[in-house]
Amino acid sequence: MITATHYVALSLILFCLGLVGVMVRRNFITVLMSLELMFNAVNLNLIAFSFRLGDLEGQVLAIFVITIAAAEAAIGLGLIIALVRLKDTVALDEADVMRS
Amino acid sequence: MKLYDLIWLIPILPLLGAIINGLVSNRLGLSKPVTNTVALLGSGLAWILGWAAIVQWVLELGIHHTHVVRLFTWINGGSLRILDGSLADVNIAASFQLDSVSALMVAFVTFVGFLIHVYSVGYMHDESDRAYARYFSYLNLFMFSMLVLVLGSNLVVLFVGWEGVGLCSYLLIGFYFEKDWCAAAGMKAFIVNRIGDWGFLLAIFATFMVFGTLEFTEFFATAAAHPEHYATAATVIGLLLFVGAIGKSAQIPLFVWLPDAMAGPTPVSALIHAATMVTAGVYMVVRCNVIFRLSPTAMLVVAIVGGVTAIVAATIGLVQNDIKKVLAYSTVSQLGYMFLGAGVGAFVAAIFHVLTHAFFKACLFLGSGSVIHACSGEQDIRKMGGLKRYMPTTYWTFLAATLAISGIPIFAGFFSKDEILAKAFEAGAGGLNGFGSTYYLLWFLGLAGAVLTAFYMFRLVFATFHGEFRGGEEAEHHLHESPRTMTMPLVVLGVLSIFGGLVGIPGHLFGHPEWNLIEGFLEPVMLPIGHAAEEAAHVSHHAVSLGLEWGLVFLSVAAAGLGIWVANRFYMGATAFARPQRLAERFSLVYKLLLNKYWVDEIYGATVIAGTLKLSRLLWEGDARVVDGAVNGTALATVGSSFISGIFDLRVVDGLVNLVGTSYDQASRQFRRLQVGFTQGYAMVMVFGAAVLLGIFYLAKF
Repeated sequence: MITATHYVALSLILFCLGLVGVMVRRNFITVLMSLELMFNAVNLNLIAFSFRLGDLEGQVLAIFVITIAAAEAAIGLGLIIALVRLKDTVALDEADVMRS
Repeated sequence: MKLYDLIWLIPILPLLGAIINGLVSNRLGLSKPVTNTVALLGSGLAWILGWAAIVQWVLELGIHHTHVVRLFTWINGGSLRILDGSLADVNIAASFQLDSVSALMVAFVTFVGFLIHVYSVGYMHDESDRAYARYFSYLNLFMFSMLVLVLGSNLVVLFVGWEGVGLCSYLLIGFYFEKDWCAAAGMKAFIVNRIGDWGFLLAIFATFMVFGTLEFTEFFATAAAHPEHYATAATVIGLLLFVGAIGKSAQIPLFVWLPDAMAGPTPVSALIHAATMVTAGVYMVVRCNVIFRLSPTAMLVVAIVGGVTAIVAATIGLVQNDIKKVLAYSTVSQLGYMFLGAGVGAFVAAIFHVLTHAFFKACLFLGSGSVIHACSGEQDIRKMGGLKRYMPTTYWTFLAATLAISGIPIFAGFFSKDEILAKAFEAGAGGLNGFGSTYYLLWFLGLAGAVLTAFYMFRLVFATFHGEFRGGEEAEHHLHESPRTMTMPLVVLGVLSIFGGLVGIPGHLFGHPEWNLIEGFLEPVMLPIGHAAEEAAHVSHHAVSLGLEWGLVFLSVAAAGLGIWVANRFYMGATAFARPQRLAERFSLVYKLLLNKYWVDEIYGATVIAGTLKLSRLLWEGDARVVDGAVNGTALATVGSSFISGIFDLRVVDGLVNLVGTSYDQASRQFRRLQVGFTQGYAMVMVFGAAVLLGIFYLAKF
């Protein structure tokens, strides 16, 4: 029997994977994808509890999160394109003009 | 365990193949024999299981039993208040159903799909190992999506397959994504399909709001039981569903993606045009025939769109010079016939035409692939000719399929196309729903389309296979028949193009209605609606006498003959191409109109696409003027006030400020070490900060 705990555990694993991806990957695109993973971990959490409590609100919130995530992805990809035009690279650690 | 309980395995098998090839072979670059064994097993086992399950279902349960296999509850979203005021549970199952229409679709999708897999083994052998694995993984995924589409027992599962074939068509059309125009063609197919999907999604929502369920068996039964009560709802749902079908099946006005879809490898075109994807729209309309039959308006719209598409696409096909483009427009045109059939209530004839079309169109596309293969990638028929001598197998199979699409008796396409035309005429004569004259006009358009079909298809045959080779000596040396893996599927499909139509002999012409096997097989799909509607259907059935029907048969054969005769005059013998050349010069405006496909792409470019771009630019300018202006204004104000405070500083609190400045300077020197400009460093600090805060909160609880 799959309970809400399983969903939450899966969500935790996904979130941590995303978090680690955001912190350690050099490729901006991968970082963006890891960010998506974190979003979806949160979504999974929302849906798991919505399912558990028999309440639609959590699922509606998840849909909003997806919408926001789409906008976020558009902006993120825009940043990547800007970075590529500026530096001809997608490596995050090369965007370091502030480093003296 | 009965095989018909295992129908969920039929789509899963190709999915497994797709996963293995996509994730393992593609990554490791496994050799081609391994890759194509996996892919052929995936589609071949699905074919065997599919046919076995269908046979067992027919023998043990009978064709009148709709067998539903419910796997698990997929979406469980509480309850919603629907239009009639009651509460309906949002409880959507992942479930599959086997009834006669899905059985027929599974039977030929798996079979034709498997043949195309076999053909691809030969056609794609020049690709690199990884591209080969990628190709077969997409191909298997395509089969999976299409099988989910035809087996799904509710609109949502159908929609999963619906989107799946859209995705796979995008992936495969853009298979050569290094070339910009291929990638663009893939995107075009995807975006145009999305417009249709929008309508389909709205139809799903509307269905739920009206019926409170999305299971086919349930809402069809409800609708059929109360035809008057649901008439308005059926018009809305039917039209929205048809918007989806227009997108997926490339009807006017959304047909622009299909001719571009030939950017993909040729076997993919065969798969898209014959077995999967474009037939999905027709399947869905036939599947939901109860909804459409409740609404005369929806039926009329379906028939008009189908009939007009049939003739418009056929006229474009007349003058195209790319062998695959001609075939692409012929697909659009034939799909138009299918919708014309559905629109006049001949749903069985529509599905029958899907079946025969799958045979001859797959054969034509695979044959054209064989030709292109031999001509080292050349697709222009003006640079071909005389290929009959070099590739006899391809020629004879291509000819059989051409005779089938032209509607020559005995060949497969004759029976199905003739039945659609006969039913359209019957709808006109019987005054179906009071739109008799419109249906007469559509029948006439269909008949004219049949002449054009025969003409452009034989133009293709004569230009490609007859006469002298026009591609230069260099290319002539390379001409060769294709390998066995490519000719074998051609032969099978060629034979089916000849005999495949015998399952639907119009038996009533001979006084033996039971000869029409397919009509008997699909009869359970046409749920009877109320009493009044049934009687009306009876009346219209006898609107045309037997003699007149025979006359119609001879008329459509004569139409095909006329087309072939004209093609023969134009493209054969010593003066080949001279006559059409003169015609093109004489009516240069018409010729240009057709050659440029009525400029539909350009019109869309000038209106929809330019409009979108303009809107984006407007929003961007709003951003640049208003938002940036506000920011700049703030900056200016800040500069002004800074100037004033600067004077104040200099005069009054210079020393104090200097003191503060020095202390900030010192502090900043310390903080600068933190501000390294490394984004992920910030992220790390944030995460650890959050962790510490959480720890504090946790401890504070004790």
